[in-house]
Order: sequence, then C-alpha cells, then structure tokens
Amino acid sequence: MADIHLHNVTVAYQRHPALHHIEGCFAAGSLTAVVGPNGAGKSTLLKAIAGRLPLADGHIELAGLKPRDIAFLPQQASLDRDFPLSVLELAMLGHARHAGVFGSFGKRGLAAAEAALAAVGLEGFERRRINTLSGGQLQRALFARVLVQDARVILLDEPFNALDARTVADLLALLHRWHGEARTVIAVLHDFDLVRRGFPQALYLARQPVAWGSTESVLTPENQLRARHMAESWDEDAALCRIPDQAA
Amino acid sequence: MKTQRFAAFPIKPRDRRIMLYDFLIQPFGEFAFMKRSLVACLALALGSAPIGAILMLRRMSLFGEAMSHAILPGAAVGFLVAGFSLPAISVGGIIAGLVVAWAAGAATRATDQREDASFAAFYLIALALGVTLISTRGSSVDVMHILFGSVLAVDEAALLLLASVATLSLLILAAVYRPLLMDAFEPDFQFGGAIHHFIFLGLVVVNLVAAFQAMGSLMAVGLMMLPALAARYWAHSLPGIMLMATGIGALAGYGGLLLSFHANLPSGPAIVLVAGGGFLVSLLFGRARGLVQLLRRQPHLEA
Repeated sequence: MADIHLHNVTVAYQRHPALHHIEGCFAAGSLTAVVGPNGAGKSTLLKAIAGRLPLADGHIELAGLKPRDIAFLPQQASLDRDFPLSVLELAMLGHARHAGVFGSFGKRGLAAAEAALAAVGLEGFERRRINTLSGGQLQRALFARVLVQDARVILLDEPFNALDARTVADLLALLHRWHGEARTVIAVLHDFDLVRRGFPQALYLARQPVAWGSTESVLTPENQLRARHMAESWDEDAALCRIPDQAA
Repeated sequence: MKTQRFAAFPIKPRDRRIMLYDFLIQPFGEFAFMKRSLVACLALALGSAPIGAILMLRRMSLFGEAMSHAILPGAAVGFLVAGFSLPAISVGGIIAGLVVAWAAGAATRATDQREDASFAAFYLIALALGVTLISTRGSSVDVMHILFGSVLAVDEAALLLLASVATLSLLILAAVYRPLLMDAFEPDFQFGGAIHHFIFLGLVVVNLVAAFQAMGSLMAVGLMMLPALAARYWAHSLPGIMLMATGIGALAGYGGLLLSFHANLPSGPAIVLVAGGGFLVSLLFGRARGLVQLLRRQPHLEA
C-alpha cells in the first residue's frame, strides 16, 4: 500500500552523515513519534522523506505516493513571518500542490481553507496578517494548511514546540483524527510524556535507529543511554564509511 | 506668454490655473522628447516595480544593484563595437547580466555559499571587466553616457523595447508568480523546482538593461527598488504592495521628469531622487508601520 520504506538511507552534510544507513518502514496508517537527542537527524529524516534533501546513499520507496500526497509542517524558524500573507492565504497554500503552478485555487481551495481554519480554532482570523499572530496561533494556521492539503502522509517537524497545554491538546486531537482517517503521520517530538500518551509507535533516532517499534518498547532508559553515546560522535577525521551499498 | 504671466500681479485665480498647467502638463504637450520619456518611465514603472517588490520579499533588495553593475562589461562591448546603438548595448548587457546572474545562482545552489556572497563575487569581476573595457577604448563622455543614460534621448526604437519588456515581464511574472512567492515565504517548500528562480533572475536582468538606456547603469535600479520599498509602508497584502509600487514608480517618473525639465537637471538622477523622496515620505508617514505611526504611542485598545 502506501508504506514508506527506507532502504539504506544516508544523508550527509559536508560528507559527515546525519542519517547513517537507515533500514526500516513506516506502515501505511501508522502514527509514529520520532525522538532522539539534538543532532540525531530527526528533521533530516523528515526532509529526506519529503524529498527536500538529496540522499547520499540508498533510496526511499514511496509506493505510489506523489509529492501532493505528502504534507509537511516545517519548524516556524524556517518561515518568513513578516511575509505579507493573511491567515486565509496561508491556509490556502495547502491547496497549491493540487492546483499546481498555473491552476486556479478556485472555490474548492477557498472552501477547504475556511473549513480548515474553523477546525483548528481560528475562525474569525481569516483576514489577519500572519505577523500579528502569536506562536500558537501561527502553529494552528500551519496545521490548517496541512489540513487543506488533505494528504495521505503527514510529516510534522516539532509540531508542539513552545505551545501551551490547550493548544497542544487541540492539535494532538487533530493528529488522532488523521490517524483515525488512516493517514500515515510521522512527528518529531522531544516530550517523552506526550509521546507515551499520544503515539502508539516510536522511532528512537541517533543518526541510526536505536530502537523502532511500539512506544513502550522504544522509550526505555537503556535506549536513552545508547542514543546519547551514538549521537555525539561527530569526528573531524572520521574514516571513510566502508559499509557496502546494498541498494546498488 | 511668460512675460505676460509675471507682469500680471497680483495673480488672478484663472492665471494661477494657467501657471499650474504650464508647470505640470505643458512640457509634455509641447515637446515630443518629453512625451516619449514620460511613456518610457511609465513602461519602466509597470514592468520593474513588481519585480522590485518580489526582490524585496526574497530578501534580495541589493541584488538589483549588483546586477546593474554586472551588465556593464556586455554593454561596454556593445558600445565599443557599435557606438551608442541601442540593440548592441542591450544585447551585450543582457548576455553579461544573464551570465553573471545564472553563474552566481548556480554557484549558490551547487555549493554552500550564500546567494548574496556569490553575487558579490561575480558582479565585482564583471564590474572590473566593464570599467577596464571602457577605459582602454572609450572617452570620458562615453563613460558618462553609460553610467547616467539619458531618458530625454529615448527614441521610438527604445520606446518599443521598453514597452515590450514591460509587457513580457508582466506575462512571465504571472507564470512564475506562485512558485516564486511560495519559495520566498518558505525556502524549503520545493514547489515546481528551481527553474522559476532562474527565470526571475533573467527578468531582473532584462528589465535593468531596458532601463539602462533611459536611466543609465547606476540609476537603473532606482526605479525598480525604491517604489517597492516605499510601498511596503502603505500596503499589507502582496497585490497591494505591487500595485502601490507601480503607482509610486509612475509618479516618480512623472515628477522626476518635471524636476529635470524645470530645474535643468539630468533626468535619471532626478527621477531616482523623486522616488527616494517618495520612500522617505513613506518611511515617515506610511500607514503600515511608518515611523510616525510607530512613535505616536497611540493609546492601546481593549483587545
């Protein structure tokens, strides 16, 4: 179906691997939290799946998934918050992958954006400029954009960072709604309690998978210790990696 | 006519009207070269003001400046080969500008170098090359021609070029508008590849070359950037900024030509000065977070 298979995936920055020979699979319709220390390659993994980064090695098998089937919620720091957009326009951007470069957004895009804003609790905010929003409101608006895209795979990069409890609860409910609709959801998170409460599957990443499976089997003190050792080993003079490329 | 005007004192209201007409409209009615330069300025504003707005939103406000220097060697070669001939200068300028823009753009995307840094490197090389070319072969009059242009010397052919460039610019801009702006808002979005970026860089070059003849290489970028930067103080939405920029650009063209005509100033700098005045006024009094509005400490609202 629409499983996402990772085959020997390696992504490197200046030849140093941020993701190293990753094998594994996100099953279609699964809800997975990606956890791990800073520099573990969590965001890199999401960007690689979204096709936003070139792979140094291996490949990602997206059985039958087109770019429009993958929605991506970026970290807010990667956006220009002073860009002259209204909240409604931001939500409508989710429709761009359907409309293409030339196609009209039409009534469907508009209706979808209005419904999505209502779903994330931003009714009445349509005409507000995005530079007047709080961090939480902007996050809701970005969730609305994901809703509008109506994608089968949803990738969320630290979706609950610096949000108050109510916003987290609202947005987590949205995640569970997507899970109930059999969409594949992968989210990068730091809050282990939240992962235990809300996510059935987890991937503990430290450039390579430390553990991958049901959340309670992944979030163990032993794995935490192993991850810390694995993630902090950037070596200026690292030798050439000799692991053969199975994909070739 | 003029003596009559000053002899009649005090001025009657009817005469005042005539004076205003003399001052604001008659230069364009009486002189064909003024008429042509006005149309040239309007065409320039129409094409390059929206481009300036997009440059601003892509955080490339200084890019136009760099490009206006980068077209110099090409224009110089054209000038040295064919004299002050519009086709030769334009073709040379476009080739040099495109080479620099695309080389720098490609260097940025292929390596870790930031875009502004790549452009700095490539435009400096081009500028040095251009100045060398002109100084070995040309006279100082040639240099003045190329640096400052002459909007009052715009002929029918130049007018046709300007109008075609403005028309094509708007059409092409419409075609790459969506990916261009999505990628300005979210650089990682990856919508429609990178081709739109290179098309846009090409548009900037072509518009600068078109403005080159009228405004000169140093002033060409003024009518592109200043109206857009001023518009940011008035409009909140993207279409609003673009429309506003076009309007300000057109007004600056008109006002600058008047200033140049009455005060006997070179037209290119006069137009850019008026545009600059427009920017300063906007900076101070703009309704969208202008300085006065920010400093006035208006009482806060209830919610």
